[in-house]
Amino acid sequence: MDSSQSFLSKKSIAAFLAPALILIAVFLIFPAFWVLYLGLTDQALTGVKAVMPSFTGLGNFSRAFHDRFFYNALKVSFIFVFGSAWLGQALLGLVLAVLLYEMKSRWRAVVNGAAVLAWIIPEVVVAYLWIAFLDKDFGMLNQMIALIGIDKVNWLYNHPILSIIVFNTWRGTAFSLLLFTSALETIPPSYIESAKVMGAGLWRRFFEVVLPQIRAILLTDLILITLWTFNVFTPFLLTGGGPSFKSEILPIYIWRTSFKYFKLGYGSAVSTTLLLINFAFALLYLLAQRKAKHA
Amino acid sequence: MHKIKKGALYVFLAAVSVWFVLPILWLLLTPFSKEPSLGLSLTAPTLKNFFELSHAATALAAFKNSAIISVSSVLIVVVLSSLASYALSRSNFPGKQLLITLLLIFSSVVTGVAAMVPVYALCQKLGLIDSYLAVVLVFSAGFLPTAIFILKDFIDRVPRAYEEAALVDGSRGIDLYFHIVFPLMGPGLAVVAVLCFVNIWSNFLVPFVLIRSNAKIPISVAIYQFFNEVGLPRIGLISAYSLLYALPVLLVYLWVSKKYGFGFFGGLKG
Repeated sequence: MDSSQSFLSKKSIAAFLAPALILIAVFLIFPAFWVLYLGLTDQALTGVKAVMPSFTGLGNFSRAFHDRFFYNALKVSFIFVFGSAWLGQALLGLVLAVLLYEMKSRWRAVVNGAAVLAWIIPEVVVAYLWIAFLDKDFGMLNQMIALIGIDKVNWLYNHPILSIIVFNTWRGTAFSLLLFTSALETIPPSYIESAKVMGAGLWRRFFEVVLPQIRAILLTDLILITLWTFNVFTPFLLTGGGPSFKSEILPIYIWRTSFKYFKLGYGSAVSTTLLLINFAFALLYLLAQRKAKHA
Repeated sequence: MHKIKKGALYVFLAAVSVWFVLPILWLLLTPFSKEPSLGLSLTAPTLKNFFELSHAATALAAFKNSAIISVSSVLIVVVLSSLASYALSRSNFPGKQLLITLLLIFSSVVTGVAAMVPVYALCQKLGLIDSYLAVVLVFSAGFLPTAIFILKDFIDRVPRAYEEAALVDGSRGIDLYFHIVFPLMGPGLAVVAVLCFVNIWSNFLVPFVLIRSNAKIPISVAIYQFFNEVGLPRIGLISAYSLLYALPVLLVYLWVSKKYGFGFFGGLKG
């Protein structure tokens, strides 16, 4: 029986969908559009301008283009994404997945298990763990490098960007690792075996057999983790964006202008930049999915 | 030569594993230490840090707040997403594909970080600042699209035979849903509930922005405040608190990895 219509009447379909869609419309979709309007006002967090903001046109946007803190936040965000998402999570995830695949040992469970653990512990806790880990006087990292004769380093103060990049690599590699691990399992073992028989080493097997097979997954992974990493707020808990704004990624800058300096209107204009970045990567993701389906 | 290469690989893997595990080891050991410090301190285990915690009123209230916020959000997401995904799975109406694509786009574009300003302004207009309700509604709306996608995938694979039989018996609409469909969705709902709980329990930014009074903050914000106000001297207390806070998530981790394997987590977060 062709039943797609008969289980639910048109009325029931609407009634089933409505509660979820209304909630999504009000608290997810509406804010995305309202932020465009807020960005055109001088809305403030408190005071007269909180109740009666006035329309200021594109003032906030043109101000952002002359704001060195905005450029600083953009720059730090790009370095953070390149370092922790691309060089960190994706590359480390790929190397680990390939090595563990080639070795087929019980190391796989150990490494996967540890990476997933780092990934799911609440962000406030991992931030605190890393503050302890990187502490100048008592932290484990400095104690370990002392064993090989290197002096104590004040990591969070002297190398804030490097610190949040290494932290975020630790935090997020699990996703790429798991994704690549399952992608590798779809490669027919005979491909690898015949390459081995022909005498191809690890490098050649990787570039000539493995890489072409997982190229689409690699692209998906890069798009997703780039989008997510632009939207990570956890570095705020490690450095607060400092010292002197050196690790102030875009999300921290949005928080600072809006909730520390109370300028919601200007914060909205800056938020719009992040929404546009997200939108671009979401479209890329959809295109990649579509292409993968048709290929 | 081959052996040296293999040895180097093992050293690399061991180093990476140690790097992943060391910070977590600190979380597991420090709460039980007599002289908690920022380094690893191995002493005879003690529970004094946990006793100390039981006298911290804010810490205990925050546990209650976290539970209220997470459980209410999970209930809303589970009920609303199961209704919506069922309707999407078992019907065909014009614009359905467009609706799904739009949900996919908005759910990935409108992140908590990108929308913190308009969400705050909206809650202010609605008079919801500093209420559980604001946080619960924002969380629910944020997770509904993902929950709908997971459940729709799940229901698409459930055969229609049960519903057809019930239809013959005369069940319709909401009756059919409660007696036949909801029970069938059990495993899918469990996945959604677990995913949703872990994410909301762990979230910091949303309550940090929307909740003002100390009596209402969840644990994530409480730990942040402890750390900023009291700071390092209370390492024992903060680490014990952090471990208790992470415990539900760690239990989910153990249960899921035993039952489904680590690969399962790949579909869970984000």
